[in-house]
Amino acid sequence: MSRPRPEHIQVVKQRRDAALKALLDSVPYIQFLNVSFDRRGDELTAQLNFSEKHIGNPFLPAIHGGVTAAFLEITAVITLNWSHLWERIESGALDPDEMAKGILPRQPKTIDFTVDYLRSGLPRDAYARATISRAGRRYASVHVEAWQDHKDKLFAQASGHFLMPQDGDKS
Amino acid sequence: MADKTKLARQFIQAIPHAQELGMVLEEIGDGTALISMPYDTKLIGDPQSGVIAGGAVSALMDTCCGAAVMCHPDAPGGTATIDLRIDYMRAATPGQTITTRATCHHITRNVAFVRAVAMDDDADRPVATASGAFTVENGF
Repeated sequence: MSRPRPEHIQVVKQRRDAALKALLDSVPYIQFLNVSFDRRGDELTAQLNFSEKHIGNPFLPAIHGGVTAAFLEITAVITLNWSHLWERIESGALDPDEMAKGILPRQPKTIDFTVDYLRSGLPRDAYARATISRAGRRYASVHVEAWQDHKDKLFAQASGHFLMPQDGDKS
Repeated sequence: MADKTKLARQFIQAIPHAQELGMVLEEIGDGTALISMPYDTKLIGDPQSGVIAGGAVSALMDTCCGAAVMCHPDAPGGTATIDLRIDYMRAATPGQTITTRATCHHITRNVAFVRAVAMDDDADRPVATASGAFTVENGF
């Protein structure tokens, strides 16, 4: 039995990180909200880097419900798109350098999104992870959980449906 | 009643994130609010088309629904979102202001129920609709 020699660790990391960076940098709203992503293999964790401009109720103070919704939706779309593109990034069909120039496949489109506000968002960083409940050819169903201090004490969760980009979609 | 509308107006206008998104409170009173958000390239969610991010529309919907609750005649004070569902019917046309109208159609001592619709220049074809449940707080 012989298998191809595994790629060098730096080659693998560089390709994946560059592809992810290109996806994130292409969306102005992700920069505007200051959301970043941690990657371990193909697993992503989103981070909402706190800013005073995220405040909704200045008296408490608490993060704006709309910021929470937006953060969860970004986490859902990026995680879904990342998983959708993973094979093509790994095979080399998608070139991270081309992606960085803005030559990107179309993103999934949100059909509906429902957010459950479990406790008030404290004025500090928040984290979120999305799980893809079903990824079909046309539709996908995604669930997202977000926390701040304790991973098992969620401050919000959401679920939504997405329309996947079709081969005929122009990019 | 006029005082409540005035308080709600002051509260909405003091929200840092609403200011950051450039929201303008156009009308408020009697459990209904109308808020507009001008197009801005920093809010783009789809770089290829220049369409505003769904999240920015969510923030507009959430703010407008909260405003509708606060100005309802039976609401004693502030509010917080319990749950909000948004249906995205079509992409908002790039370059156009998005306007949202929210109505608090039912309120109890503890819960307020709200519906909202978001439109661009073509008001006959809504961009998104929302429905949600909000808390009823005694203070702000």
